[in-house]
Amino acid sequence: MLELKDITAGYDRRTPAVRGAHLSLRPGESLGLLGPSGCGKSTLARVAALLHRPDRGTVTLDGHAVTGFSHRAPRSLRTAVGVVFQQPRLAADPRLRLRDLVAEPLRATGRRSEAAARVAELAQRVGLGADLLARRPHEVSDGQLQRACLARALVLCPRWLVCDEMTAMLDASTTAALVAVVEDYRAETGAGLLAVGHDPVLLERWCGRTAHWNEIVKDRPPVTDRQHPYGGHVLRP
Amino acid sequence: MAEQVWRTRGGARRSTRTLRVRACAAVMAVVVLAVLVVPPLAQLDQQAVDLAAKLQPPSWAHPFGTDDVGRDLLLRCVHGLRVSLLVGLVAALVATVIGTAVGAAAGALGGWADRIAMRVVDTLSAIPHLLLGIFVVAVFRPGLWPVVASVAVTHWLSTARIVRAEVLSLRGRPYVDAAVSGGASRWRVAVRHLVPGILPQAGLAAVLMIPHAMWHESALSFLGLGLPAHQASLGNLVQGARGSLLAGHWWPTLFPGLLLIVPTLAIAGLAGAWRDRLNPRRRSELTL
Repeated sequence: MLELKDITAGYDRRTPAVRGAHLSLRPGESLGLLGPSGCGKSTLARVAALLHRPDRGTVTLDGHAVTGFSHRAPRSLRTAVGVVFQQPRLAADPRLRLRDLVAEPLRATGRRSEAAARVAELAQRVGLGADLLARRPHEVSDGQLQRACLARALVLCPRWLVCDEMTAMLDASTTAALVAVVEDYRAETGAGLLAVGHDPVLLERWCGRTAHWNEIVKDRPPVTDRQHPYGGHVLRP
Repeated sequence: MAEQVWRTRGGARRSTRTLRVRACAAVMAVVVLAVLVVPPLAQLDQQAVDLAAKLQPPSWAHPFGTDDVGRDLLLRCVHGLRVSLLVGLVAALVATVIGTAVGAAAGALGGWADRIAMRVVDTLSAIPHLLLGIFVVAVFRPGLWPVVASVAVTHWLSTARIVRAEVLSLRGRPYVDAAVSGGASRWRVAVRHLVPGILPQAGLAAVLMIPHAMWHESALSFLGLGLPAHQASLGNLVQGARGSLLAGHWWPTLFPGLLLIVPTLAIAGLAGAWRDRLNPRRRSELTL
């Protein structure tokens, strides 16, 4: 289980980005979280990926209470959650070749010897040509870089996957390809997926269950199109 | 048509730039070669006094003239430049290492460590650094290494600030998040992602500090606090020639002064070109 209870989180205590959000995800389940831009989706995704310590509330991962750590969640829990970010340009170290980008988590966790084989396997899985692996981020397109970032997220075989607007910058065919990669991986390993986005059509087709931001943030005034100019596009009728 | 105009203009601008960079590189090559080759190979005594030939203007025998006790100024200038460059290089290197370590630690650790380190930097910055440098020199016997130490311990502050700001900016990037999520320890994030990111900035700061450190050494020597008076350094040469300037002897001050200014400009030009390559959008003037 990945469980977030009554999460309040943000970058400034007076104006938290997320207030009182609840969310739970069973292994093998996929949840699409919809919400207007600026509502706090990405912050919640960071909390779910154990990258951001909430100011209030509890995060439970596979029975371990994650909150209460002083600075960072322990490595074994962090690596249990794979993350893909919205902007591959920012999520890739500009100095690393794609090969090293994908292999980096293996090296960081002391599994250097497997690196070459795993990188080749994942490159094939995400559809990244072998010639691209020797290039650096500025020498490939956004779509190709996002494929590499997805490969990096899968390289440690995480039991959970958090995709924060993974496809927002991509064209339709790359989107379809990457969603298929994620779904294949889930079917193989039974991993749970939290997909955050603002495209209801995509998320409803992709995920078994979708939730709107208003449904997970209880006891708060709902975010409506009146309060948010962009809200009307993503609120379901 | 318009494209063609643009091309010629761009080409002209580019060639002026390359020309400037090449000129700077040539000057530095000559200076470094002279400093490395002349003193060990030419077994000439820079201290050789020839009172019969004192204060001679530049001539073929003495291209830079002679000083008030008849020592050849070209030879003394080369020896002085050697000392000044050595002080500049070593002091800039030490200062950059200290500054990078303090700045990177402050930026990477954050919290109390950051606050304490930065308040120390602020406090030291508030003291005029020439004064602080004089204090350091005064503690030791006069010599080369106290001068290096004095310049190094007073010049790491700006590097620490630059490096800290760079680390803070890098630390917030999503690729650091991705590395943390991939199981990287703090140490690994620092070594793999943060340090490679700050090295160009730190290197640039180091190069720009070389001329600054040379000037500092000269200032200390000029004030009589740096190297012993018999040891040639650009500062000592200018200091020793002050008196003869009033008597109309311009060459003993002009040449050491020029040798201080020309390499400074050349190093600044090269550093500027390097900075342009690092960040093409920031093609502004250099501040030394």
